[in-house]
Amino acid sequence: MQTATARRPEPTTPAARNWLQRASWTDLFMWTLGGFLILLIVVGSIRSLMAGRYSAAQWIDFVIFGIAQGSVYSLIALGYTLVYGILRMINFAHGEVFMIGAFTTFFLANALDDRGFINNNLVLSIILLTLVSAGISMLVAVLLERIAYRPLRGAPRLVPLITAIGASFFLQYTARGLYGSGNKSYPVIEPLQGKLFFGPIGILRTQVVVIVSAVILMAALYTFVQRSKTGKAMRAVAEDKEAAALMGVDVDRTIVITFAIGGALAGAAGILYGLMFRQVHFFIGFVPGIKAFTAAVLGGIGNIPGAMLGGLFLGVFESLGPSLFLEGLGIPSANQLKDVIAFTMLVLVLIFRPTGILGERLAEKKA
Amino acid sequence: MATGIAMNQRWARRETPPTRRAIQLGLSGGVMALLVCLIGLVNAFSKRFIINDVLTTAQAILAIIVLITGYMAAARTWKRGQPAATAIVYGALAGLMVGVVLAALVLIGSAVNLREVLVNATPALYGILTFEQESQGVGLGMLLLATGVLGLLGALLFILPDRMRNAVLMGFGVLIFVGLLQDLIELVLNRNRGVQRFFYTSNGLTVTGALLLFILPFLLRLGWGYVGDRVRSNVEALPPASRRGLSWAMTGLGILFLLLFPRIFGSFPSEVMNNVALLGVLMGLGLNIVVGFAGLLDLGYVGFFAIGAYTMAVLTSPQLNFPIDMGFWQALPFAILISIFCGMLLGIPVLKMRGDYLAIVTLGFGEIIRLLALSDLMRPRLGGAQGVTQVATANFAGTELTTPQTLYYLLLASVALTWFISRRLRDSRIGRAWMALREDEDVAEAMGINLVSTKLMAFGTGAAMAGLGGAIFAAKLQSIAPQSFDLLISINALAIIIIGGLASIPGVVVGALLLIGVPELLREFNEYRLWVYGIMMVVMMLFRPEGFWPEEHRRRELHDTEPGIEDSATVGMDPAAAPGQS
Repeated sequence: MQTATARRPEPTTPAARNWLQRASWTDLFMWTLGGFLILLIVVGSIRSLMAGRYSAAQWIDFVIFGIAQGSVYSLIALGYTLVYGILRMINFAHGEVFMIGAFTTFFLANALDDRGFINNNLVLSIILLTLVSAGISMLVAVLLERIAYRPLRGAPRLVPLITAIGASFFLQYTARGLYGSGNKSYPVIEPLQGKLFFGPIGILRTQVVVIVSAVILMAALYTFVQRSKTGKAMRAVAEDKEAAALMGVDVDRTIVITFAIGGALAGAAGILYGLMFRQVHFFIGFVPGIKAFTAAVLGGIGNIPGAMLGGLFLGVFESLGPSLFLEGLGIPSANQLKDVIAFTMLVLVLIFRPTGILGERLAEKKA
Repeated sequence: MATGIAMNQRWARRETPPTRRAIQLGLSGGVMALLVCLIGLVNAFSKRFIINDVLTTAQAILAIIVLITGYMAAARTWKRGQPAATAIVYGALAGLMVGVVLAALVLIGSAVNLREVLVNATPALYGILTFEQESQGVGLGMLLLATGVLGLLGALLFILPDRMRNAVLMGFGVLIFVGLLQDLIELVLNRNRGVQRFFYTSNGLTVTGALLLFILPFLLRLGWGYVGDRVRSNVEALPPASRRGLSWAMTGLGILFLLLFPRIFGSFPSEVMNNVALLGVLMGLGLNIVVGFAGLLDLGYVGFFAIGAYTMAVLTSPQLNFPIDMGFWQALPFAILISIFCGMLLGIPVLKMRGDYLAIVTLGFGEIIRLLALSDLMRPRLGGAQGVTQVATANFAGTELTTPQTLYYLLLASVALTWFISRRLRDSRIGRAWMALREDEDVAEAMGINLVSTKLMAFGTGAAMAGLGGAIFAAKLQSIAPQSFDLLISINALAIIIIGGLASIPGVVVGALLLIGVPELLREFNEYRLWVYGIMMVVMMLFRPEGFWPEEHRRRELHDTEPGIEDSATVGMDPAAAPGQS
């Protein structure tokens, strides 16, 4: 986690001056490509703003929608980052952990809604749903660690990665087999319809709920990791497993707790996703999973505030992107390319700042 | 320190009392069986008999789970010197636990309607689990009895001497194989009604046929267990010239069989073989170069398949307003060259990335390619969501290769070519550079290997094979749609090379036959294909990381008992180093 990053200082290279000499043709190629993309973004944005198709209020809506979906990404990204911080591995199946929570809790939400419980006890039912979803995802994450990852700890890097891909498909198709392959819609919650006004700015109520819940959860996590004894153990294990074990930290238990926390956050994110987008099916884990990974990398993988920041950044970028710089470039139905923006961003970050916004760890060294 | 933890676990495992251990294993087996029931596999396979009126495929699947549970329970609790009976008791106990879990499902399911949530928890499922008995009590009793007995048999399998066990497994293997592939085998047997009547009913094997199919392989395998070593040593004692002659003769027979395949088997099996060759072997061999040889985990491999297919489509279809219309053979080199170019181009950004990052970024590339093909932005060029039709078919010597039987030869030739290239590359200088890169990038660089060109070569070669596959794919279907180029094709190819054995060229063929061929033949299975792939990938990595047909030197490494060699040989991504073995 973030304290772990301070351990290895970047080598102070005297060669920083003559970067041009050290650059190979591949670097030049990448810089050209990156520069070209940035140029496209700038030109597109300017042209969109000049064209004035959207009003200021619409831009604000885009940004707020971006923050709301970004906070969902952040919550999932925390799971990637926590696990990466400790095990130096990417839990490829984390998106599916998120999906299982959201998908399973749909049935509870539906049952509660049929009895009118949600509309009468809004806060209580949201807390209940979040707890159930978090619990299910937590269980899946812990089982995943126990069955698929723990026996392979210390194996070559490719091995747990392949297991993770396998586990990811297993979970997807298990959910499909158990719950059916159709789309399910979360119930419409009456008290959450319409907008809340903060001065002149109106925000959809669901988005308020999503943002507020995400902030609470992230604050709770941050305090937990910084203040509690277990949190301290987690940081110690992230820093140095052997030293932590010598100091009396139960490494295995700490790793399980890390997976559990990551899973729980993903489950909570699942409920927020359900509130916001309403549609769930067995494949919803895939794209948010990759995007949350992007967010984690963007913020600096292994870094907790980084994952939060990265998620928000990615969410806003993705929600603004199509209207801001793609339409300005004259691209028809720019919304189709929303996901391309996220993937391109991932590539760009890994090229230009593999350490992410807040991270100091060199991705290429560890990865 | 990793070994320290592993040792702790081993201690903990030894201390668990065997009864608890057996119950735990039984419950895990029960959860597995429960999952198989609830995701619908049992329902889907309940109509297909392996042995007519005796054994359905669904029952066989559940039985195998119980057998494995019993076997594991015996293996985990039995210690040398104990009487065999204890192991059998624990096996039966573990098997019984599976039955208890399933019985609980039936009882709960009959009391509460689970169908609202779990779509497959149907009365039909409970009927299957209770052997379609009128009274539920009798049915549940039969279920418990059956699982207990099967657990016991599983334990018995563990107790049996190796020779016997192999023979029994061989017998069951052949029985199930022949029973499952009824449609295909009947197609072949059509000329010989008598044999067909003897073995098959309209649904599943006859009882006598099943007995024969079990006993014959059983006896053969048992006999081979006694004389196999002698035969092998006799063959090895032959003079080199005649040994070479023998192996040439075998190869010749194999080639002859492959050449005559469409003649013997006809249209449908040829079509299956075409899919195996195209989606399995071609893609697998290409990805094998990137992942197996060079150790670069590329999940966006489908992108190059798409590029090959789209190049072929754009260059040959008159539907798009592209100025040039070519034939198949003129467009093919372009498809391959453009794939190589894109492979190298997309390789540049990921040169410095390793492992996980590489996997996710390449996955992103694959998705970008698919999304671009789908988008309205590229619609005038690539046809958008509708795709492209009227793609030129391949032709050879004046005949259009449109039927499966004729396309078969095109694919056979492509597979032979890629096989040859793979083999030559593996043994070449660049192949050794790839392997060095796979084992340790830093050391490889220190040894003077140019990382940039070596990696780009791997990406380029892999992309070339995928491009060839894509081009043939487009010509085979005569149309393409962006929907067919999703991540699953990459995952298919990855699963194939993992099942077959990373870096093993014959392994690719084995993996392709298993993962593409078998699902093509078992239509019910298609829906659960990816579920099974997922399990297989996890299980393979845990228990048999070298694959079913491991690469030669890796096999030698794994069975080498000299300690000094093993230490130095198991570095890098060599799956032999996985601790699942211990």
